[in-house]
Amino acid sequence: MLNILIADDEAPARNRLRDLLTDIGNNHIVAEAKNGKEALQRADELQPDIVLLDIRMPEMDGIEAAQHLQKLSKPPAIIFTTAFDNYAIQAFDMSAVDYLLKPIRLERLEKALQKARALQPQQLAALTPLSPRKTHLTITERGRILLVPVDDIIYLRAELKYVTVRTAEREYLLEESLTHLEQEFDSLFIRLHRNCLVAHAYILGYEKRSSDEHGEKQWVALLKHVPETITVSRRQQHLIRVT
Amino acid sequence: MKNTGRLPNIRNLGILLRVLIIANTALALIAFTLSTDLADFFQRIATISALAQPMLLSSLLLLYGGYPLITKLNYKQGLIAILALVTLCTSAIYSLFAQLWVFDDLPALSRILFSALSISAFTLYYFNLRYRAHSPAVTEARLQALQARIRPHFLFNSINAVLSLIRSQPKQAETALEDMADLFRVLMADNRELVPLAQEIALCRQYLALEKLRLNERLNIQWQIDNMPPDALIPPLVLQPLVENAVYHGIEPLAGGGTITIQIYTKLNEIHLVLRNPYSTPKHHQHGNKMALGNIKERLTLHFDLEASLKSKQEKGEYEVHIVLPHQKQKH
Repeated sequence: MLNILIADDEAPARNRLRDLLTDIGNNHIVAEAKNGKEALQRADELQPDIVLLDIRMPEMDGIEAAQHLQKLSKPPAIIFTTAFDNYAIQAFDMSAVDYLLKPIRLERLEKALQKARALQPQQLAALTPLSPRKTHLTITERGRILLVPVDDIIYLRAELKYVTVRTAEREYLLEESLTHLEQEFDSLFIRLHRNCLVAHAYILGYEKRSSDEHGEKQWVALLKHVPETITVSRRQQHLIRVT
Repeated sequence: MKNTGRLPNIRNLGILLRVLIIANTALALIAFTLSTDLADFFQRIATISALAQPMLLSSLLLLYGGYPLITKLNYKQGLIAILALVTLCTSAIYSLFAQLWVFDDLPALSRILFSALSISAFTLYYFNLRYRAHSPAVTEARLQALQARIRPHFLFNSINAVLSLIRSQPKQAETALEDMADLFRVLMADNRELVPLAQEIALCRQYLALEKLRLNERLNIQWQIDNMPPDALIPPLVLQPLVENAVYHGIEPLAGGGTITIQIYTKLNEIHLVLRNPYSTPKHHQHGNKMALGNIKERLTLHFDLEASLKSKQEKGEYEVHIVLPHQKQKH
């Protein structure tokens, strides 16, 4: 018995898949989701064997959802569904990712279910360019997956093995390299310090303050929503003149 | 009307403007060639203008009045008629000036006639070239290219939606397939002739009914068309691609959906089509939008020249397209 999760923003598309799955039999639809975010949350709770994932969805598209799904403790097999998307189909063919073209045929779906398996890391890597910028970061906390919208992040600070993700509400710990995050979210953040990326949108302004030890004056960035300030390293001072 | 297009429609504002620009540029060039310095240039251009502008304007006025007659001729006869008219006007004004002794040293009539006819011939040649560049063959190719760009995404998703209805709601599936057939009939038709506005609206409604099937309560449409003239003529497929863009870029990316507002009204004998949809900054590469807009703009120009315009703007999370075109009524 296969446990299946359906993710598609269009109700008729979900109905159609449900009809076909009923015809095929020997499966159980554990949940239906209307976007990638919802699919991820449901998958985290219900641990399905297979996710039927539409590519073009609001909030979070299928490609990004697939990337986050791989971080679950028991990643499900993923079968993408799409009506038409040249770029995606090329990428799928090249990396041998399973996909179904809408309108979906019963036999194709049956075959896809039989050979469904989790995505391999190199397959995931091939899909990354399709979703140029993630809308969320996935953070694992006590066995749970948390989604932090990238737009809510005020700053990212590297600390030994982890990166601290600061939002207005709280801090999260993320296992990721700051350089990698800097590359991915290039236009949203500015590197004010060797260990800190700050979101342009949350910078209120800059102020010159004297640091305690040497009495030397240093520039610090003042931020929206949080009391703490970020020191601008001497090397990066040229950046704040520009902004 | 055998020569529609190849001979300029002198009653069109844009054409009139072009004729004036070409003629005056030629006059300025003549003055520039003859002049020795800047002061001399202005002196000469004043003299030439005093002589040439009355000739130009009276020719245009006569052509404006005689336009219905000229359209009845074939291209060659039309050319001869226009050149004859220019000769007539030029000679008449010339003899008037000669009798009144307005100018001390009036150039010979033959030289003036030569210049006037050269400028006229050049202008006519320009309009002929322009017409050929925009000729039906090219237009048709462009139209077909546009038709091929109707989003396959929409086609396959709609078929998928209809398939899902067949078992549970066969009646609704029937209507949907009928709407789809009508829609594609128009998309595949010969779309060179203007159509009544009401027909384009009906097409949009059928298209939206199909999208509503997929998007359900996420898609809201607000029609503000009480003051619309249903018999006004517009190029076909002007509104539908814009509505399709609005759905694809405006509504589909929103989980909660949104409202598309379509407003049509007449003002000062012009028809205004205004379309608004919510718009969030794209997180992914989006293409196709500019292409559809460019194509519509081009077709508006082909039909109405400078009298039609298309503007789009984006502010406060809202995208707006505003089309203005002259109010042409259906001929009975």
